[in-house]
Amino acid sequence: MTDISAPLPHAVAGATDKVKDETPLMTKVAKATGGGPGKYIVWLIAALWTVPTMGLLISSFRPEDDIKTSGWWTWFGEPANVTLDNYSSVLSDKVGGQPFSSFFWNTVRIAVPGAIIPIAVASFAAYALSWMHFKGRDALSVFIVALMVVPLQMCLIPLLRLFSSDAFEKLPLEGIPSIWLAHAIFGMPIAIFLLKNFIGSLPSEVIEAARVDGASHMTIFLKIVMPLSVPAIASLAIFQFLWVWNDLLVAKVFGGGARNQPMTYALVDMVGNKGNEWQLLTAGAFITMIVPLIVFLSLQRFFVRGLLAGSVKG
Amino acid sequence: MGDIFSSLALVVVGIAIFVAVLGALYWLASQLPEPWRERARTAVFIGPGIILLLGLVIPALLNFRFSFLDRDEEWYGFGNYRDIFTNDNNIKVLANTLWWGILVTGVSTVIGITIARFADRMRGEPFAKALIFLPTAISMVGAGIIWNFVYSPKEYGLLNSMLRLLPGEQETKFFLQDPKLFGIQSNYVPGLNTILIMVVIIWIQAGFATVVISAALKGVPDDLVEAAKIDGATDRQAFYKVVLPYIKGTIITVATTVVIAVLKIFDIIQTMGKGGSFGTSTMANEMYEQAFPQDNEGLGAAWAVLLFVAVAPIVFVNARNQRAMREGR
Repeated sequence: MTDISAPLPHAVAGATDKVKDETPLMTKVAKATGGGPGKYIVWLIAALWTVPTMGLLISSFRPEDDIKTSGWWTWFGEPANVTLDNYSSVLSDKVGGQPFSSFFWNTVRIAVPGAIIPIAVASFAAYALSWMHFKGRDALSVFIVALMVVPLQMCLIPLLRLFSSDAFEKLPLEGIPSIWLAHAIFGMPIAIFLLKNFIGSLPSEVIEAARVDGASHMTIFLKIVMPLSVPAIASLAIFQFLWVWNDLLVAKVFGGGARNQPMTYALVDMVGNKGNEWQLLTAGAFITMIVPLIVFLSLQRFFVRGLLAGSVKG
Repeated sequence: MGDIFSSLALVVVGIAIFVAVLGALYWLASQLPEPWRERARTAVFIGPGIILLLGLVIPALLNFRFSFLDRDEEWYGFGNYRDIFTNDNNIKVLANTLWWGILVTGVSTVIGITIARFADRMRGEPFAKALIFLPTAISMVGAGIIWNFVYSPKEYGLLNSMLRLLPGEQETKFFLQDPKLFGIQSNYVPGLNTILIMVVIIWIQAGFATVVISAALKGVPDDLVEAAKIDGATDRQAFYKVVLPYIKGTIITVATTVVIAVLKIFDIIQTMGKGGSFGTSTMANEMYEQAFPQDNEGLGAAWAVLLFVAVAPIVFVNARNQRAMREGR
């Protein structure tokens, strides 16, 4: 990526007289980049893109009677008419016998380990595939890349059967831990692939020097490789965290009853059963969005990097 | 507050157990004599990863077998596949998914190129792009609710309210329950409801396309564009003849990534199409509906296999394209 703030080569280009029409090139460049109609298209789309979310946000602060009798845009005429009641009523609203607040905590319980476990496992594996020597290492790396082709839908039915089989009954996996495990399984190929790309490209002199000094693999991994890999791990962690936080399918299949389900499940249930109770839906939807929006706004650079790196998955 | 502590406790305990088990195994491995020590340590590093990968590979293989079983788990041969390609409802699902892949991918990519082009070096570029990119971060369930509100038939529905501004008597439209498009109802034509749900995914994916293409645009050397202009090219010609071919690889990456995401569309159909009612179902939605609520695992497994068959070549194209891009630079 080039530096955006680098000066445009106006001076060089503007001096030429080979341009066919009479417009100096300098103004042509300016037209394409600032003065032309293009920027109006951009701002129009940006505005269009923002209006639906703004409508939801404004509505979530309007009294129930207002929401149900008038459009949110009428709020601009009476901006003092705001309340937090919708948020308090949705948090105590019951879905499947559980208050919405418990679904929020379930989402936290699911998403934090759901991001940490696969990245921890994948970091060790990526280190082994990069810096430990064993038979079949390269074949295994190729195989893991190939596994990115498999859509997670291929595994839902057999994995659910496995998790509910007698052998697994004895393990404490029921409910949220089985959601963690499923996310760890589905996230494994891409996580190993991305981390191996990064860890494998660390300078070999550093690793070899530490080996010669007698450092064990665990020491090298914890003291050298992990600190150097922070940017890659941060991008991947944010991406995986948001993916799990926003997930509906995996939780719905593996979570069992409402007791173990995240907010996405509760909201879909509310859409089906209370589809016109917009005082609940607007506030509830905004509560699910708040954490991703904070992550997005504060860590946008890592988020973009994770997105760019993640666009190889099946 | 109890919830916070129990959540944190669960998280901390889970991770502590993981670290403790791995540490103990590594310590045990270190007690072994050579050459076993080094092998055992390698196994501790790679073992957990392999176990999780087996949790992917074995179920995926078993899924092929399930796809040949019927509802009662009797051998059904290619029956499920035959049902998918002959049953009217299922043909609708296949056609819908195809339209999803074409329309959403095409429109999202074109919007991404347009914004990236016109926003480049514009005043306020980061802010405008952030606004367009924002929907990428939120869940599809959240996005579905945002747009259910826009499409609502009630007086607070934005789209209906805008239509009422048009001259003449406007009847209230139940957009998400309208399976027709311009009066046509066909298995091969997506309904108005499907088109309007596609708009939501375009709303999400266009931001992704913009950010990726914009990053690539900033990598196009200035002198390349300047040279074209010195040769008499207009801005438009320089963009289409020089800049676009230069970032072709990135555009393929964007398009393939969007296709893959779109083929697996599920949450949004659950939130906006009531789980695929009114002719809105897609392959991934149907896979879930058949396998779990309908308890027909064989048919669900067959949908999953078809999804795999649809996604695999696109992942392959994407991977080859990415390699070409790496080697080309």
